[in-house]
Amino acid sequence: MRFVDEFRDADKAHALAARIAALCEPGRQYKLMEVCGGHTHTIYKHGLEDYLPECITLVHGPGCPVCVIPMGRVDDAIHLASQPDVVMTSFGDMMRVPGSNGAFFDANARGTTIKMVYSPLDSLKIAKANPDKRVVFMAIGFETTAPSTAMTVLRARAQGIKNFSVFCNHVTIIPAIKAILDSPDLRLDGFIGPGHVSTVIGCRPYEFIARSYGKPVVVAGFEPLDILQSIYMLMLQLHEGRSEVENQYSRVVPWNGNPVALKAIGETMELRPYFEWRGLGFISHSALKMRGAYADFDAELLFEVPGVRVADPKACQCGEVLKGVLKPWECKVFGTACTPETPIGTCMVSPEGACAAYYNYGRLSRQRVPEAISIEPSRP
Amino acid sequence: MTQQLASTPPPRPRRVLPTGEREQQVLDRIERARRRRPKLREERITMSHGAGGKATHTLIEAIFLDAFRNPLLEPLEDAARLPMNGAGEAGGAAAVALTTDSFVVSPLFFPGGNIGDLAVNGTVNDLAVAGATPLYLSAGFILEEGFPIADLTRIAESMRDAADAAGVAVVTGDTKVVERGKADGCYINTAGVGTVAAGVDLGVANARPGDKVLVSGPIGDHGVTIMLARGELDIEADVESDTAPLAELVAGLLGAVPGVRALRDATRGGVATILNEVAKAADVGVLIAENAIPVRDQVRGAAELLGIDPLYVACEGRLVAVVDGDQAAQALAALRAHPLGAQAAIIGEVTAEPVGLVTIKTAFGGTRIVDLLVGDPLPRIC
Amino acid sequence: MCLGIPGEVIEFLPEQPDLARVDVSGVRRVINVGLLTDEPPKPGEWVLIHVGFALSKIDEAEAAAALEFLEGIGQAYEDELAALRDSRIE
Repeated sequence: MRFVDEFRDADKAHALAARIAALCEPGRQYKLMEVCGGHTHTIYKHGLEDYLPECITLVHGPGCPVCVIPMGRVDDAIHLASQPDVVMTSFGDMMRVPGSNGAFFDANARGTTIKMVYSPLDSLKIAKANPDKRVVFMAIGFETTAPSTAMTVLRARAQGIKNFSVFCNHVTIIPAIKAILDSPDLRLDGFIGPGHVSTVIGCRPYEFIARSYGKPVVVAGFEPLDILQSIYMLMLQLHEGRSEVENQYSRVVPWNGNPVALKAIGETMELRPYFEWRGLGFISHSALKMRGAYADFDAELLFEVPGVRVADPKACQCGEVLKGVLKPWECKVFGTACTPETPIGTCMVSPEGACAAYYNYGRLSRQRVPEAISIEPSRP
Repeated sequence: MTQQLASTPPPRPRRVLPTGEREQQVLDRIERARRRRPKLREERITMSHGAGGKATHTLIEAIFLDAFRNPLLEPLEDAARLPMNGAGEAGGAAAVALTTDSFVVSPLFFPGGNIGDLAVNGTVNDLAVAGATPLYLSAGFILEEGFPIADLTRIAESMRDAADAAGVAVVTGDTKVVERGKADGCYINTAGVGTVAAGVDLGVANARPGDKVLVSGPIGDHGVTIMLARGELDIEADVESDTAPLAELVAGLLGAVPGVRALRDATRGGVATILNEVAKAADVGVLIAENAIPVRDQVRGAAELLGIDPLYVACEGRLVAVVDGDQAAQALAALRAHPLGAQAAIIGEVTAEPVGLVTIKTAFGGTRIVDLLVGDPLPRIC
Repeated sequence: MCLGIPGEVIEFLPEQPDLARVDVSGVRRVINVGLLTDEPPKPGEWVLIHVGFALSKIDEAEAAAALEFLEGIGQAYEDELAALRDSRIE
């Protein structure tokens, strides 16, 4: 597959591993955070850590939009789906996220109709085919996905579709990164920046990380070589004492993002004053809702949504995992009470959750490649 | 200063282990937890229970195994091997094999076949991989009020053709009709009987370190075909179901290679599910190589597009074989000698460690686990 | 949710300028290219596909440059390995 296979080449990986190892200062530990859940997934899926020396630890960040949805919002969604004649549409990732009374799958067993869709546009097809039903799309995702929801709403308006609305749970990435940077528990050396969010927002929004916090950022692609190369670029910056924003994913990410996408978001949505993030608490101006002009597509206005705040189960340490303070296996209930079949928290149930990735893929003693083991940084 | 400290009894120190050891302790704790019998927590059936993964296994163990417990059921292989009167006598079979499968695929008709083909081939194959010669099938139909007779005729004719090709006869059956809105057109259950020759003892528990793992051809064709045929995803591709009767292929393999430990047909849950069953039943590890697994480009493309892994996607005419490592080359040749095994490949091996885990060396060179899924991204595949 | 896959644009749908058929390894799907109106893709060009929309065009020059860099690293690595091997012979 073009633009995929070339970036999974094992030989080049060995070469990069040697370069990365050579850049490690003897005795120094490095902590690099990959913000995006998709990166966490790739890292574990391809066994990328086998190519890293022991002195580099990858810290998993909060960039998993499913993981940060509080239980109360899941309950709200199920409540919406339980209304008469409602067909809810949702991405597959949400189907098993537990609310107080089970997940979407369980709700379907009790009689709701929550259908898995691949694209928000599929909701419009369903709405047109079922004029007597009210279709509600469970919109989740960072800025990567918000433009698609926005375009769907614009299309619905243009086509005069009256039985479609959006339950909007889009969140924005910068406040999450800022929460990490301001967290006293973490001492990070650099960031592997989110790749697909950046196709929309560009690379400029990360400049404050390099300038004000002095941490290098490399916007990375999603193939394993992309991430490995980004780690190499971060280590090079650290070695050379630089802190800049660099774009490793330049084949896809334009420095200035996608103005058309940003315009679509701006036209249909606006920032909420605050929003609750699972594990991170309330963050101001960190989430989107439908604008007043598009009130007839806002499920929260068309229906009564209970909006009850539900505290996470006491045993759940998702918050600390999301912030990168705890590694998945360091959570007290990881793998015993909290497993993919019996998830307590979102990190275990989302395909991009750090716990799910570690449990499903990474639960192994590491078998590092030789280049990553022999670190004698003799060459600069 | 240090002298003083040394003279007072120090407080009981907490053992601070290096990270590697701490992580290993957690991994060991998890392994112990996984070995405990899983509990069924739900009150109602969900779609996950039908996926062939963890939820299905838990359901089977908690409800069915518990209710029907008997030694013939325990191995939970694809077919049960039943001792018969007269077994072991000259010319007689050592045992009879019995299996059953229900078919709820949606849509009923798809590129490469229809529910009728699956109903015959699926049951024939469950017998074949038990090492049995498939002989007779029963066919039970549950039909929805309003279902077109023309469609039923097509299905029945496909079943006849498939049965002829597989050398079996449909000898008994049943028909029920339910009200409009139930049974989604047509559900079919088939049960099959066959005979097992003396000395044939196939089972995933037989696997041992040093054995090699083979597949008979490219994986994931059927599941992807069904998914695309549903028409909900607006994806077009040139794939068709791989549904096929495997009895001949199996006979060729068993004839050429005495050291076959186990055979399974890779249906719901895909190759990954079978490998996990091997690892768990035989208390071994299984290590496969991503580069060695045959997958059609289009299946790969569709899987990438939807974010699913072909290893978990159902096939309906592929088998997974675990054979004595020394005979792997002959096994491969035997499979490739038959048209249905033309693209057979050795994809991995059975190892002593890590016990109960399936691992894969990715194309990228790193290693990761291939676990059972809980649910299934592709419901109602077969 | 970050799932984005590269696909090649085959053709636009006749009455719907916003919709294009793309090919991913022989699999074809119709996607919405409305987010690329500033620089609409032409058949033969590649786009990044996410939940039914094209988010960005793939810049082939940048892709080639990225691969060249990786090749270079790979080659330098090979050279070093070779040098290491040769030096052992002495």
